[in-house]
Amino acid sequence: MKKIIIVFFIMAFLSLAVNAQKYITKTGKISFFSSAPLENIEAVNDQVNAALDFSTGDFVFKVLMKSFEFPKSLMQEHFNENYVESDKYPDASFTGKITNIKDINVANNNTVIVQAQGDLTIHGVTKKINTSGTIGIKNGVLTGYSKFTILLKDYNISIPKTVVNNISKTIEITVNIILNKLNN
Amino acid sequence: MNKIIFLVLGLFFCPAIIFSQNPATLLNDSTASKKEYVQATFKTSRIVIGPSIESPAAGDLLFTVSHHFGKISNGAYEFFGLTTSTIRLGLDYGITKRLSAGIGLSTFQKNLDGCIKYKILSQSTGVNIMPVTVSYFGEIDGTMLKWEHPERQNYFYSRISYANLLLIARKFSRTFSLQLSPSFIHYNLVERKIDQNNVFAIGAGGRLKITKRTSVNIEYHYLLPGQTAKDFNNSLSAGIDIETGGHVFQLFFTNSQPLFNRGFIAETKGNLGKGDISFGFNINRIFTL
Repeated sequence: MKKIIIVFFIMAFLSLAVNAQKYITKTGKISFFSSAPLENIEAVNDQVNAALDFSTGDFVFKVLMKSFEFPKSLMQEHFNENYVESDKYPDASFTGKITNIKDINVANNNTVIVQAQGDLTIHGVTKKINTSGTIGIKNGVLTGYSKFTILLKDYNISIPKTVVNNISKTIEITVNIILNKLNN
Repeated sequence: MNKIIFLVLGLFFCPAIIFSQNPATLLNDSTASKKEYVQATFKTSRIVIGPSIESPAAGDLLFTVSHHFGKISNGAYEFFGLTTSTIRLGLDYGITKRLSAGIGLSTFQKNLDGCIKYKILSQSTGVNIMPVTVSYFGEIDGTMLKWEHPERQNYFYSRISYANLLLIARKFSRTFSLQLSPSFIHYNLVERKIDQNNVFAIGAGGRLKITKRTSVNIEYHYLLPGQTAKDFNNSLSAGIDIETGGHVFQLFFTNSQPLFNRGFIAETKGNLGKGDISFGFNINRIFTL
């Protein structure tokens, strides 16, 4: 019986200890930018879900495609209907690991360049991505930033010939998140 | 016994620990229960020739050129209708998310029309489920033809008639949408005593997407029994929508010549049985102002 109680407590503590390392947000910001001869397109999504496990460096982003806001509503409709097909593939995700998470000391206020690698899933297609970014720490709050480009072709998003001058083949993605420690 | 309890407890806690090590589970799926409005029930503000629940977005201007050629049954002498046509030029502007207003000029009866469309309900999923989108469409129109009744005072309002449609639509899936459009048409002045001042009709239309950017659309307006239904035919139109970015091209066949609502709902002359079908197209162009 003692054993059980001990195991119980160890488990309870373990899960607490693990949870204490979690940072999370539901209002992260991801924007993308397409630069083409005829027009530039920028869309912003400020309802990004993201979480980072500080003990392992594991992280996850989840983005609802329909939450991307465009300057023109027709762009938004076409984005959802014709390009990312939001009804079929409602969200995009990025799960992976910050490989040098040990370089960050939460106790100090500083900014660290981090390397991230993981699986980026857009439009139902998953690709390995390697990118770098920064994580800044201020009073226990983490600020994450990263910028990288993807090829639309890689994610089976095709651009019709009639709009090749309106939409770039490569899209620049900017990530801006503020993560707060998860309180149990 | 101890072992059993241990196992049971182990079973309870192990998943908890495994999950808590995967940050994915931290993202409580609050996103799934979010209220979400259904987009793009139809490609543009017309199903084929009649109004759909779609409107230009707030601040957008929709320019529509509609063209109905003559009857194919007119034969080779008229190049199967291509040498005659009626045209309507239309402008619709999105005032707010729900409200849009438009004006149009038709060659048919030199008709001027003005319309408003107001979205009463929006189809949505998530926490608040609304099964349908409901819009009101109102059109007032007047013929600018020369007054042909010298024995009668030419009051301006005698030239006016009204079309009121309630548009009830549902996007059933990515590819399939249906709309019911009951309508009420009022003429301020009719030619004969037996003619109806008030005409009721029931319209229905739908679209089926065949590719990401094209769909097949069908629309039908049924006149409820009365003098109008005796004198005129029900309107049937079928065609395809081709969306190319800023434009939506609609190519169709129809038995209606007029391009405004009072005209095609209550004054369609083409008899399908006699092959009175004409080819037509709408070019819809959105300008973001």
